[in-house]
Amino acid sequence: MQGMSPIVKNMTRLVAGFIVLFGVYIVLYGHMTPGGGFAGGVILAGGLALVVLAFGEEFARKALTHEAAKTADSIGAMLFLLIALLGYAGGVFFTNLLPVGEVGKLFSAGIIAPCNIAIGIKVGAGLFGVFVALAVFRRAGAGSSTGMIEG
Amino acid sequence: MDPVLLLLLVLLGFMLAGSLIAVETRDLLSSVICVGAVGFGTSLVFLLLGAPDLALTQVVVEILVLVVLVRVVITRRDETHATSRATLPVGLVLLALGVMAAIVFGTLATGEDEGLTMRPFGDPLLNEQAEASVMAPAGEKAPEGAPARMPKSAGGAFLAHGLSESQGSRGTGAANYVMGILLDYRAYDTLGEATVVFVAVLGVYAVLRKVGRSRHAGNESDR
Amino acid sequence: MTLAMAPYMLAFLIFVVGLYAIVAKRNLIKVIVGLLILDYAANLLLVLVGYRTPAEGAPVAPILVGGAEKAADLAASAVDPLPQALVLTSIVIGLSVTALVVALAIRLHEKYGTFDTGLMRNLKG
Repeated sequence: MQGMSPIVKNMTRLVAGFIVLFGVYIVLYGHMTPGGGFAGGVILAGGLALVVLAFGEEFARKALTHEAAKTADSIGAMLFLLIALLGYAGGVFFTNLLPVGEVGKLFSAGIIAPCNIAIGIKVGAGLFGVFVALAVFRRAGAGSSTGMIEG
Repeated sequence: MDPVLLLLLVLLGFMLAGSLIAVETRDLLSSVICVGAVGFGTSLVFLLLGAPDLALTQVVVEILVLVVLVRVVITRRDETHATSRATLPVGLVLLALGVMAAIVFGTLATGEDEGLTMRPFGDPLLNEQAEASVMAPAGEKAPEGAPARMPKSAGGAFLAHGLSESQGSRGTGAANYVMGILLDYRAYDTLGEATVVFVAVLGVYAVLRKVGRSRHAGNESDR
Repeated sequence: MTLAMAPYMLAFLIFVVGLYAIVAKRNLIKVIVGLLILDYAANLLLVLVGYRTPAEGAPVAPILVGGAEKAADLAASAVDPLPQALVLTSIVIGLSVTALVVALAIRLHEKYGTFDTGLMRNLKG
């Protein structure tokens, strides 16, 4: 897997940033518009997967490794659990401690927005790691690959 | 006839045809692409049924699944699929599954008992309301200040009182009610779901990693 | 059997097709395809149950647009948000389970060079 043609690489350079930006928007505005942590996380994973597919295995080994994905996955899970545990300050697990605020504003809905961010990191990193594992972890003799689609 | 119902039936028929082709076609690549078509059909149905969150999630999930599956099928030649037979006689399996589906569906759709039947499409329990005194726990009266009529279903109660502070509910303040349920009212579910995803990711790493496998190199058959 | 039950019936049929692929097919990719179809059909059935035609007006998505004062209108015409929340988690769980099954299939292909479970049994791995 050496990466695809220059056309694909250049288009990826142009588009990947916008895809990731869209994913971040979906995560941050999840409590007001359709979307949320899950959808945004999968979009983030898809954007990063596009980069890995276009630039090839070497790029995946250097810049976007599955170790980094593992770390981010764990950080997201810990963050979510931390928000849940902070609820004990208000009595029970998952208490909505933060002020609810005005409906429809970005800073509203208490812990839902931080939870969305944690889940977005977790799902995005986890699925990207799975994708890298499925696409890049190839061993010699792994099937008789045709050489046709090696990108 | 309701245009939504008509469009829905067309889409569901498309999905049924797609899934039949996906299951029965000889070529694995066409099979995977057909299941992609079924997934996008699901997304359209979600959009039609007023679930934009689900439609968005389904589309991106479908793209990721399709990329992974097409990669797997294209890079791994499998010459044997053309000759492989079904495990069991096809007619027998279809008959058994058809009888099973007919019994389950018949029980749900035509049962006489009020609580167990499936209500007709477009008229869920959400459409119904009951007197507040009926909804109070047995032997108790409705609390002070409760409205005369209350929704009968949990979803209706959330729609009525979940957003802002009223009648003992603190309110989530989330304009997207689905997120309000997912991350506030039923956050335990989401924690469990995050755990499942985490374990599945760990499982993929454990199945596919190379580290630690070379120690068994002496035993070729163990690889 | 009225027409109002037809969407449920079709969702059940799609479910049965997926179940048939899992039970009767030998090819692992076909089994994964069946699992995906099963997943879609179950999610679909749950969301279909939550749909409603309100007493007046058209059904809308359970997302509030334009301030808290519109909440009462939304409660009268929005579809049920509860199955949607449950299905949202189900979709992501389905994705991760699919990834795990695909990984297992890749490993089996590495070991036996085929996706056919019948041939795997003959090789006595």
